[in-house]
Order: sequence, then C-alpha cells, then structure tokens
Amino acid sequence: MLILSSRAQLWHPRTHVNYELKDDVAVVRLNDPTSKVNTLSKQMEAEITQVMNEVWGNAQVKSAVVISTKPGCFVAGADINMIKACKSAEEVTSLSQEGQKMFEKIEKSPIPVVAAINGSCLGGGLELAIACQYRLATKSKKTVLGTPEVLLGLLPGAGGTQRLPKMVGLPTAFDMMLTGRNIRADKAKKMGLLHQIIDPLGPGLKSPEERTMEYLEEVAVGVAKDLAAKKVTVDKKKGLIQKLQDVVMGFPFVRKQIYNTVTKKVMKQTKGLYPAPLKIIECVQSGVEKGSSTGYQVESENFGKLGMTAESRALIGLYQGQVACKKNNFGTPERELKTLAILGAGLMGAGIAQVTVDKGVATILKDTTLEGLARGQQQVYKGLNDKVKKRGITSFERDATLSFLTGQLDYSGFQKADMVIEAVFEDLAIKHQVLKEVEAVTPAHCIFASNTSALPIRDIAAVSKRPEKVIGMHYFSPVDKMQLLEIITTDKTSKDTTASAVALGLRQGKIIIVVGDGPGFYTTRCLAPMLAEAVRLLQEGVGPKMLDSLTTSIGFPVGMATLADEVGIDVAAHVAEDLGKAFGQRFGGGNVELLKTMVQKGFKGRKSGKGCFLYGAKSKDKQVNPGAEEILKTFKLTAPPAVSGNEDVQYRLICRFVNEAVLCLQEGILPDPIQGDIGAVFGLGFPPCFGGPFRFVDTFGADRLLQKMKRYEEFYGNHFTPCQLLQDHARDPSKRFHK
Amino acid sequence: RAEWAWPVKKTLSKTGVKNIVLVDGVRTPFLQSGTTYADLMPHDLARTALQGLLNRTGIPKDAVDYIIYGTVIQEVKTSNVAREAALGAGFSDRIPAHTVTMACISSNQAMTTAVGMIAAGQCDAVVAGGVEFMSDVPIRHSRKMRKTMLSLNKAKTLGARLALLGSIRPAHLAPELPAVAEFSTEETMGHSADRLAAAFGVSRREQDEYALRSHSLAKRAQDEGLLSDVVGFKVPGKDIVSKDNGIRPSSMEQMAKLKPAFVKPHGTVTAANSSYLTDGASAVLIMSEEKALALGYKPKAYLRDFVYVSQDPKDQLLLGPSYATPKVLERSGLKLADIDVFEFHEAFAGQILSNLKAMDSDWFAKTYMGRTSKVGSPPLDKFNLWGGSLSLGHPFGATGCRLVTTVAHRLKKEGGQYGLVAACAAGGQGHAMVIEAYPQ
Repeated sequence: MLILSSRAQLWHPRTHVNYELKDDVAVVRLNDPTSKVNTLSKQMEAEITQVMNEVWGNAQVKSAVVISTKPGCFVAGADINMIKACKSAEEVTSLSQEGQKMFEKIEKSPIPVVAAINGSCLGGGLELAIACQYRLATKSKKTVLGTPEVLLGLLPGAGGTQRLPKMVGLPTAFDMMLTGRNIRADKAKKMGLLHQIIDPLGPGLKSPEERTMEYLEEVAVGVAKDLAAKKVTVDKKKGLIQKLQDVVMGFPFVRKQIYNTVTKKVMKQTKGLYPAPLKIIECVQSGVEKGSSTGYQVESENFGKLGMTAESRALIGLYQGQVACKKNNFGTPERELKTLAILGAGLMGAGIAQVTVDKGVATILKDTTLEGLARGQQQVYKGLNDKVKKRGITSFERDATLSFLTGQLDYSGFQKADMVIEAVFEDLAIKHQVLKEVEAVTPAHCIFASNTSALPIRDIAAVSKRPEKVIGMHYFSPVDKMQLLEIITTDKTSKDTTASAVALGLRQGKIIIVVGDGPGFYTTRCLAPMLAEAVRLLQEGVGPKMLDSLTTSIGFPVGMATLADEVGIDVAAHVAEDLGKAFGQRFGGGNVELLKTMVQKGFKGRKSGKGCFLYGAKSKDKQVNPGAEEILKTFKLTAPPAVSGNEDVQYRLICRFVNEAVLCLQEGILPDPIQGDIGAVFGLGFPPCFGGPFRFVDTFGADRLLQKMKRYEEFYGNHFTPCQLLQDHARDPSKRFHK
Repeated sequence: RAEWAWPVKKTLSKTGVKNIVLVDGVRTPFLQSGTTYADLMPHDLARTALQGLLNRTGIPKDAVDYIIYGTVIQEVKTSNVAREAALGAGFSDRIPAHTVTMACISSNQAMTTAVGMIAAGQCDAVVAGGVEFMSDVPIRHSRKMRKTMLSLNKAKTLGARLALLGSIRPAHLAPELPAVAEFSTEETMGHSADRLAAAFGVSRREQDEYALRSHSLAKRAQDEGLLSDVVGFKVPGKDIVSKDNGIRPSSMEQMAKLKPAFVKPHGTVTAANSSYLTDGASAVLIMSEEKALALGYKPKAYLRDFVYVSQDPKDQLLLGPSYATPKVLERSGLKLADIDVFEFHEAFAGQILSNLKAMDSDWFAKTYMGRTSKVGSPPLDKFNLWGGSLSLGHPFGATGCRLVTTVAHRLKKEGGQYGLVAACAAGGQGHAMVIEAYPQ
C-alpha cells in the first residue's frame, strides 16, 4: 500500500498537457479539461514546463510542435483569476517572472519548437507562440492573434513587450500592445507574426473542424521535421519596406522620436487615466535601449504594479461582467426565432435589421413611406458594404446577407413573424396604434418588443391582448457599433418572452442587461439627471467646449455637450420632460425650456447640422453654435463659486449619475451591480477606468461620495440627496457592491 | 471478358420514353494552349469539329434540326459560337444554333439539351458540341477605364472629351484578367482542389501516381490508335495536327520535384497532377433511334438517364461526381457493379481521388448526401482506361463530348454494356450520365 501511494504521488497524472511522438517530432497537446478555452493557469504552466523538460530530455526527439486540441482556441490568455487572487504587487511580479522564465527556455530550446495555432491566440497564448521558433496558423475566422492585456489594464508580462518589437518592429509592436486589437491570421502573416498560414478544410472523411485540426498538425509536424533537418529556416523574408524600416530603426534618435510620439498619442487618448499604456512603452523602451535583462525586469515589475491598480481591477471587472452578460439566464426559448419584423426604418430600425440579417435571420423592415424605407435599406446596404471595403466579407457574402432582408410598407408576411420590434416615433399613442395593428396580423406566439428609450413598457402593453408577449428591447445608436442591449420586462412579461428576446440579442452579438420596468428603465434614467446637471452647468456659464473637456478628462469617451448633440437635443428635451414629470424634483437642475428653445430654433443636434456645436463644415476644430450661445445667455444663472470649480463640476455630474444608478438597484430595477456597471459603461460611456458606477462607489468610497453629495445638496437641494442604499454603504464600509 | 456477355444484362429502354442514340462523336486534337492553335479563334476549332463530324458521319448538311455548343470563356465577338461555327462549317443557314455555358460540363449540357429536344419531339437530329480556346482570352480594360471610354462616346464638345481623357490615371490602365476563380468565394479552383485533397487525406504521392497513370494510359491509347474520335486539323500556315500534344508520361521522381502550384508551401496540387489549359473542340451527332435507323446509321450507344447536381461551391466545389453517381444509378435502377466503363472528368488527380474516397465513405454519404449508405468506389480497372483530362487535356467546354464518345468507343472495344460519365464543374455543380452500348 505504502509503495503504491508513494508511486501515485510521484506519477502526477497530467490533465492539461500531454505529448506524443510522431517519428522524431514531439507533439505537445494543450487542453484544459475544466474549461471551454485554454488559459495559462498555474496548472497549465506547470504541465507545459514538465512536458517540455521531458521532451528536451528525450534524445530521440529532434523537434516539437505545440498545439491545442480545443476547437477554436489555442490559448486565450493568462488565467485572470490567478492575477486577481494576488494580494501584492510582488506576487503579481513573480507570476510574470515565472512566465518569462518558461518562455525564455522555449525560446532558447535546443530543438526547434513549432506553434500550430487554430483559434484564439491571445495574451499569454501569443507570448507562448512568439517564444516558439516557428508559427503557423489556420486562416479560420476564429483564429485571432493579439495582446489584449492593455484592455485589462495590464501588459504582456511574459516577455511579450520584449519579443514583439524584435519580431514585428517597433511601430507595429506598439500598435498591437497599445490597442490590444485582434489580428486575423492573414494580416498576422503580413506583419511577420506568423511564418505560414493554412486554409481551413471542408468536409472529407471527418468533420471540417476535426480534419482541419489534424491537417494543421500534419503540416506542423512536416515543418518541424524540415526545421530539424535544416531544409527550412525560421527567417522570414523581409520586404523592401521592412528592410528599410529596420535600417531606420537602427538610429537611436528615430526610436526616441517614436517613443515621444507614441507617449503623446497615448496621453491624448487616455487623458492619463490609464496607467497601462505608459508602462508598456516603458517596458519596450527599457528592453530595446538597455538590453533584454533590464527589459524583462522592468516588464515583470510593471506587470506587478499594474496588477494592483484600481484601473486594472475595473477593467477586469468589466471584462468578466461582459462575459456574464453574454449568457441567457432565462432558459432556451420554446421556439426558435425564424422571422423578425421591424417597424420603422429609421436609424434604429435599420441598425437592428443590419445586425439581424447578417446572422441569417429572415428580417422584414417595414416603414410607412417609400423614402423612409429606401433610406433604411440603404443604411443596411452601406453597413455591409463598408465591411466589404474593409475586406471583412466578400461582396458575394454581402449580397447573400441582404437576401434575408425584405423591405415593405404593409403588413404582408407578418403572419410568419416570430417577433416584432417597433422602432417608431416615441409617442405613446403611436406605439399603441402599431401594437394593435401588429397584434391583428401576427400569430399568437409572436412577441412584441418596443425599442423605446424611455416610455414604460407597461404603458405600451396596456392596450395589448397578449401582455405576456410584450417586452422592451432598448438598443443604442449606432446599433451596429454599440454593444449594449437593455431588455426591459414588466410584471406580466413571461419568462419565455424574456428568454426569446435575450436569445435574439445574443445572436445579434449584444451584451445584454435585463432590467425592470419604469420610466427610463435603467440607462436612460441614469443619464437624465446627469444631462440635467449638464444643462445646469451650461446655464451657469460652463461653455459647451469646456463641458466636453471636463467630461472627457475624467474618462467619458464623448463629451457631454457632444453627447447631447449626438443623442439629439429634441430627444434629450423629450426625455428630460417625461422623466422630470415621473420623478419630480430630483430630476431638476437644468431648465428644460432651454432645450425646448433650442429645438424650436432647429438646433436638434448633429442630425440637423446645429446643436451645441455646428456640423457640416469639415474643419477638425468643432465650432460652438453661436445661436445656442445666444439662447444660453437668456437662461443664464449664477454659479455658486463654492461648488463650481472644475473638480466639483466633474463630481456633480458623476454624483447624479451614480446616485440614480444605486437607486435603481435599491428599487429593484437593476437585478445586480454587475449589470448596472455593464449598462453604464457599454450603453452610456461611463468612464471605463472606473469600471462602472457601482465599482466607482466601492473604489472611491461611499462615505467620501456621501460627503461630496451633502455639500452639493446644500446648494442644489434634493438633486443631490443620497439614496438610502448609498447611505447604507457609507455607514458600513464593509458593504461593497463587488466582492 | 466474353463478347457474348452483354445480352445478359437488361436494356435500360423504358416504355413511353424515346430511345435516343449517339450516332458518332469527333474532336479536334486537344493542344496545350499557346501552341499550334495559338493564332486561331474559338469558332475555328468548333468549325473544324463540325466539319469532322460531317465527314465522319456523311450526314447531309440540312438533315440536322438544331446545333448546340457549350463553351466557358466566351470570345466576345462570337458569343453565340455555335452559330458562327455552324455557318462556317457549311451547315445549312436554316439550322438554328445556340450556345450554352455550365463551366466544365458545358458540352454535357449541350448534349442533354439535345436529348431533351428529341425526347420532347421537337427535333429528331441534333448536333451538340463544345469548344474552348485558352490561347486567347478576353482581357478587359479596368472598369474605370471602360467607364471613361463609354463616356467619351457621349461627350459632345472637344473640351468635354479632353477633360475625360485628362481624367485617365495610370492605375486605370491596369487590365482585368479573367480568373479561373469562383465568383462567389474568390477562390481559385486549384486552391480548392488542394484543400479538397487535404480534407480527404489524399497524399502528394497518391496524386502523382494517379497523374502518372493517366498519362501512361493516354500514351498507350494514343499509340494503339484507340483515340479514334480525333480528327486531323490543317491549321492555316502550319502543319496538319493529328494528335493531342499534352500527353507526357513522366517519372515519379521528376514529378516529385515540382513545387505546389496553389497552396504554398505545404500544398500537394502541382502542375503535373492537374489538368492544364487546353485548346480544343468536340462534336457529337445525337438522334432519335428511329431517325438514325431511317437514315441508315448504325448508332454507337444509347444516351440514357442523366442528372445534374450542385453543392457548396466553397468546400465541395469539385465533389459533383460523388453526388451525381449514386443519383443517376438510382434513376437507372443500376448498381455501381453493373457499370462496365467509367469515364470521369479528371480536373485534378487530387479531385478524382477525393471523389473516389467520398463515394467509398458511409459517413460522407450519410452526413452530407442524406443517403443511407455509400455508393462505392469505381474499380480502377474499369476507370478512365484511355487516359483522362489530366493527360489528354481539358478544353473546359469540350470535355463532356469527349467523355461520352470515349464511353461509347470503350463499350464497343471492351464489350461492356453500361457506361457512366461523371464530371465536376465550377460553381460546385456536377453531372452524370448512363450510356448503354448499342446492340452489335
């Protein structure tokens, strides 16, 4: 017994990595049995090290191939939870050092190692791949390479900042690491990231996926043999431009210029709110200028520092929240949605159509006028054609996709509709009319979804014969770019209706929050008080440009004045008035009449060419609309100097947003803080560096926030009265929205 | 095989369906493009095939009711090449003619159109054929240039014309070449063939061996004078051409030296195991049996059931024969084992071998073809015994008639009763036809 157990201890059963000999090639296979994707977890790293040591110790082995057996994933990155679990920067640094060591051993391998990539090869996965001597990948749509660490507030901490510049050159390496963008295989080959690409196969004697993986392995084994036999080399042929670039990069002053330019660009884009990009530049610079041992040291230290920043925690929270919001928690719908009908071919209606047809769903787009319909159809065409121009799809795929779209002025074919989304004018009477018309022509199972941004769904459903089939689906403009979908359920909405709406949203590629009904639901309701405060600030003499700069400098992607122009001043006025009526004084602050006057003058925002700013002229510098300035003068109020400094102005805006968000949670409109954070960031552009209003409260401290609000309350009254839940959190610091 | 074996098998004649016969078929020598035919035009080749058919059959020039030609890359000056060739060949100008296109099965389509016309009672005697001329293809100006030139026609003033001419940029002068690529997928056929071979696990060696077999068999057939469908052609200003010129039996070693032509560097399809660009034309005379007998002919074969199939043009571009074979056999009430002579179009060695593997796979039959079991793989000792498109050449539009005529000739020579023609075509389409020997 004793012998047996000690043996069992010696012989660790490997679960994540194994290898097999194919002639003299060791094929190392990665597969995390506990997950859909491979991540560089402690277990995975330990087993890779163990297996590679065995491979290197085997004199029979002349070369090796590293491949994943997971369909659609090579290695998707480091294990985020492993970083999150760290209690100190030193701990994170040591994670980085372990990764660096492991990959350095692979880089200096005595036998050639080939990375055979199919599916996502991101973050740590890419760092593993670029440590290998040779890389080949399938040209599958699922194959993407990239260093997305920056999007999590981190940096490529396992040698990535050191190897990438050598591999693809300084400018490209910066572009990859600072944007974190995904790169498709063919592009990666051109960039010098891959040596070889392999086309995915169709069906043969096995399924396409299975056979493609086998084929990848076969080709990789062939390459490995040729490398060992020195029939091929790892050198990539460099084009003239690349050679030229190499020469130019040889000059220290050129490199210095690049560091400066990149730093300036980063500062301009991040407003200094995100530490990771600057640290990435520092790592690259140290490695290139002072040699790799310094580079590795700076990389691991910076990685440790970043791992402990609030920004990184916020971004990781958003990433994980977004993953959580891409699941259907309401079960599988009873019926598969085959036909969707959309009422109204305006910006929203056509946008919804665009993200539906390209998923192969038959879509009816109905409008009341031929002009409106033509405009909407053109919008869908243009959206797809832009993808053709960017070589995302072929013109043939565009045409085949468009064949799913039917444009019409009547209700013919609605008897086949499984769901109807209305995107007609925001007027309850019109909504009621179309609902009745739709219910008269659609089958009993058909769901009626309203893409309203503020009207309570229960009010719309009031005239419905089938209120259990009525739901709100609030898309954000432009629909093909904005990832969020806010789904609103009433007390009567059935679970299956919700499940169907979520299922459609997921097919459309949306990140979904499901919230309770009420005026403005969650997102519009949070935005309204902040907009009211913005109007107040304009009245108090903060000009539109200043307002924009104050809001972008705390991390809003779009300045508040510009946002109002984008949303439409008329829409803003409408929402402010409606929600003002519904919620009373708390939503006050700015004068709604100001917005109404602007609308009367035709200053409806970007769509009318004039709003807070002037549009149409191609000049880069945005001009303030003098007409709007005139109106502002007539509504002028005196700013209380005690709470009108730049920082106070920013906090006033944030406070009103955050308080309303917390109130939504308190009232049960929001099911949880995660969806609250996701909705605020992905729908409204709440500064991602804060991770959303709830994480902001956690990080900033509810008590500190409360103090600020109390001070503003003295001047402005109940606009700034903290809600009960916020007070509870302020009183008890152990209460946190995120664990 | 005993000569008397054929009557054992039943005839495929059906009551209420007209018997339609192949009276005879001919073709020009198939030449690698850019060789002796280089200075001709497509209708010259088609005309030669038609004249050859007139000579071979002795049919009166007004006894034909209709003429149909298949072609793929159209010469814009002779877009209805059937008519131009027929007039030039001396057929009566009262015989209507049209041209069809269906990629590599264009002349199959010409023949089955003829069969349909006869079966419907509209015609009794039809000439079908195919032509392809790759020595010259339409190379166009760029779209921008064309647009400018068309606007130039409409420009009224000198100033307007000069403005248009001034708008021409060097980039506009880049010509547009026709590609042997799918419009829908933008993939070249060779690339798709390489992926197909990889999908079915067909090795480079297998492909080279098959190509070598094709060339060796073609060489033997040529040497033994079996390719009797070929008619000589006195090319203006050049010698008489009487033989296909692309048959080159090589050695495995020589073939192994070639680099992959499409998928680089790990692909398996090379110039040596692919069919090559070819110039050539073919023609057949198809009649109702009654008419043929009335005119005193001894027909060569019955043209029986045929099918067209189509599938995914991306991943199954060249699998037409796998889909068409079981379907046409089913229509005829035959099994694969009943077939004595197989003639499959050889686009690529890898494509042929992939099809053979697909036909031999229960999994593929069930998963992709919705069938209960595989049809089986044709035995190689009955398969393309006189060479194929890999060695004889493949003028896209003309190959179908060559396949049918070859089946008729082989049935006679080998004493078989049933033959099967199958071919793949661009667009992910395919065709198969059952041919029955005419009683001796």
